[in-house]
Amino acid sequence: MRVELRNPSRMLEIAGPLSVVALLRRLDIDRETVLVISDGTLVPGDARLEADAEVEIRPVISGGAS
Amino acid sequence: MKCRVCRQPAVIDVRRHNANFCEEHFVRLCRDQVVKAIEAFEMLSPGDRVLVAVSGGKDSLALWDILLALGYEVDGLYLGLGIGDYSEGSGHHAREFAAARGLRLLEVDLRSEHGFGIPDGSRAANRPPCSACGLSKRHLFDRAAREGDYDALATGHNLDDEAAVLFGNVLRWEGEYLARQMPVLPAGNGFPRKVKPLVRLGERETAAYCVLRGIDYQVEECPMAAGNRHLGYKAALNAVEAQSPGTRHAFYFGFLDRAADLFRSQMAEVDQGLGTCATCGSPANGEVCAFCRLVDRATGDRGPTHDAAVGRVPVRLESRRDDGVPG
Repeated sequence: MRVELRNPSRMLEIAGPLSVVALLRRLDIDRETVLVISDGTLVPGDARLEADAEVEIRPVISGGAS
Repeated sequence: MKCRVCRQPAVIDVRRHNANFCEEHFVRLCRDQVVKAIEAFEMLSPGDRVLVAVSGGKDSLALWDILLALGYEVDGLYLGLGIGDYSEGSGHHAREFAAARGLRLLEVDLRSEHGFGIPDGSRAANRPPCSACGLSKRHLFDRAAREGDYDALATGHNLDDEAAVLFGNVLRWEGEYLARQMPVLPAGNGFPRKVKPLVRLGERETAAYCVLRGIDYQVEECPMAAGNRHLGYKAALNAVEAQSPGTRHAFYFGFLDRAADLFRSQMAEVDQGLGTCATCGSPANGEVCAFCRLVDRATGDRGPTHDAAVGRVPVRLESRRDDGVPG
């Protein structure tokens, strides 16, 4: 599957199928800090991502502070 | 995973609620949480005119969308910070959101109206960028709300923001800042009422709300914020939250319930010392307010360049106390 990561934006190829939880574990990403979007749709942790899926892992943490 | 409410397939799990939700019931959850915050802290009344500080990011656009859905009369205010491509992108998202819904978006451009952008201005003033940015936002948002005669200024601070700021203020026992760290600050002393209706929502929830509502927001992070202390506090709290979901909520709301009153007297002391800025007429701790001092240092008295983009609604602006919360 093609996986897009953000901040900075880059693409990865990961062998599938995989569950969302397994994908995030493989990439060592805390699930609570991202949303996973596949084919334009939000997908939950137990969703199965097929080998040909287009996946975006979108960080949700913003950091402006004074 | 099934939705806790309707048992249909879920699109998101919210660990701190130990529950999963489908699209419809997640959107409803978010709006219900905002209603609960507004009512619990008496933030807004029906019919209030509200000005939302809009950055083009997930929190402020989600807030604008939710307040509209709840029936409030809401305008947006976007502040151009002069941070290169990041500001171009954030302004684009704010304008697109407003235009698609026929909403009124006020705009203020820091460089054309005050003579500096955050990167160069903070350097010239020898001040951290996030500090100069927060000060500018507080001053200009307050001024716009006051001069536009809005009933309240709403900002998109979410639970994660507030818990991280609280964590930082507790680590240093910043009594004055702790006194101000409330979800609502009443109007007075030249300041508008300030409200934070998203304090019951985490930032993963506001981001998910935007995705599900089809709100196109600025995902890219501000380049000036990389590595700042606030992000460090968030990372620390995220690590705790991962082990014990709900801790962040308990930390912040426990403070409000059991500790905030202990610091209230320090806010009264500061407010008693407030005067009026000799330069701009805004509330000030000294003869000149912090924002006007920043403008002087950032521009070397060069002043604005008057190159504002055509077609924006200009707003004449004012100043604000330095309360140490994220802009």
